[in-house]
Amino acid sequence: MELVLGLKYIAVALLIGFGAIGTAIGFGNMGGKFLEACARQPDLAPSLQVKMFILAGLIDAVAMIGVGIAMVLLFVL
Amino acid sequence: MAAEEVSLSGHIQHHLTNAKMCSTDTGLAFNKACSDSGFWTWHIDTLAWSIGLGLLFLWVFKSAASKATLGVPGKWQCFIEMVVEFVDLNVKDTFHGKSKLIAPLALTIFVWVFLMNLMDLIPVDFLPALAGFIGSSAFGMDSHDVYMKIVPTTDINLTAALAIGVFLLMIGYSIKIKGIKGFIAELTLHPFSSDNKLVQVLLIPFNLLLETIALVAKPFSLALRLFGNLYAGELIFILIGAVGLMQLPLHFIWAIFHILVIVLQAFVFMMLTIVYLSMASSDNH
Repeated sequence: MELVLGLKYIAVALLIGFGAIGTAIGFGNMGGKFLEACARQPDLAPSLQVKMFILAGLIDAVAMIGVGIAMVLLFVL
Repeated sequence: MAAEEVSLSGHIQHHLTNAKMCSTDTGLAFNKACSDSGFWTWHIDTLAWSIGLGLLFLWVFKSAASKATLGVPGKWQCFIEMVVEFVDLNVKDTFHGKSKLIAPLALTIFVWVFLMNLMDLIPVDFLPALAGFIGSSAFGMDSHDVYMKIVPTTDINLTAALAIGVFLLMIGYSIKIKGIKGFIAELTLHPFSSDNKLVQVLLIPFNLLLETIALVAKPFSLALRLFGNLYAGELIFILIGAVGLMQLPLHFIWAIFHILVIVLQAFVFMMLTIVYLSMASSDNH
């Protein structure tokens, strides 16, 4: 039983941790590119911002699903 | 909540359980009696809150529209116009066909999902504790047996229902614009095609597999994205709510961050609906 509990915590840590790495890399790349593009073409900034937020939602999603599953594992199951 | 101490995981469990209703042999049954009723269980709190918020949206927008003036508009009218124009602009940018349905659909999805997400910002213990108090004082129930989950989008049934609605519209639009033949052709003749008829026939099952997965993944990702974000957010609110008086600054910080998530997820759901429908109704692949 203790082994199962320990494995559960490790699974939760992996789910949250790797999800966070993925979003961090994604957001870093996208935010950097967005700022770069805005500096080059300030006229395009508003339309780029909308698109960036859509992509932010997409990037966020997978990691957040992972966090949700991890929370269920941790507290409900 | 109740007089006696409850364990942390029991407290969280209580917060994450929907009020259920099902019909049994003796009539309608609630909550714990429904634990093994299977598929036909109604989450009445999700239903009530979501329908109520939908009606609130309709009423607010209708009253603003019927009071609208051409003269100097009030602040409220300006706000409603801003929302409508924002959605309209996004639809015009993304959807290039002609449709009377898309813009109202997008507005409904945006405001409705936003309102349902907004329930997350009401203090987590407030409404469930109120429901428990009413249940125990008015109906003589144990307040532990009164369940109330006030954020409808943290119930996967609701997000899946929204996504299935969008999915059916996608298929409907595909068939309406391209015809049944065009829809089947889209599923079977892409992405690999060839001029040689025999090779083309051989490629059909492979294309069908790929396109079907791509089609079915859309509602899944729509539903799970909204659910995952709101569920994780709600759970963190519940966890913060369990730490005692220190929760006030923590709640404040997390709520500020969560405002972004709430609007963003409503916006992403709306945007993806428009994008999927515009993909479904564009003729050239």
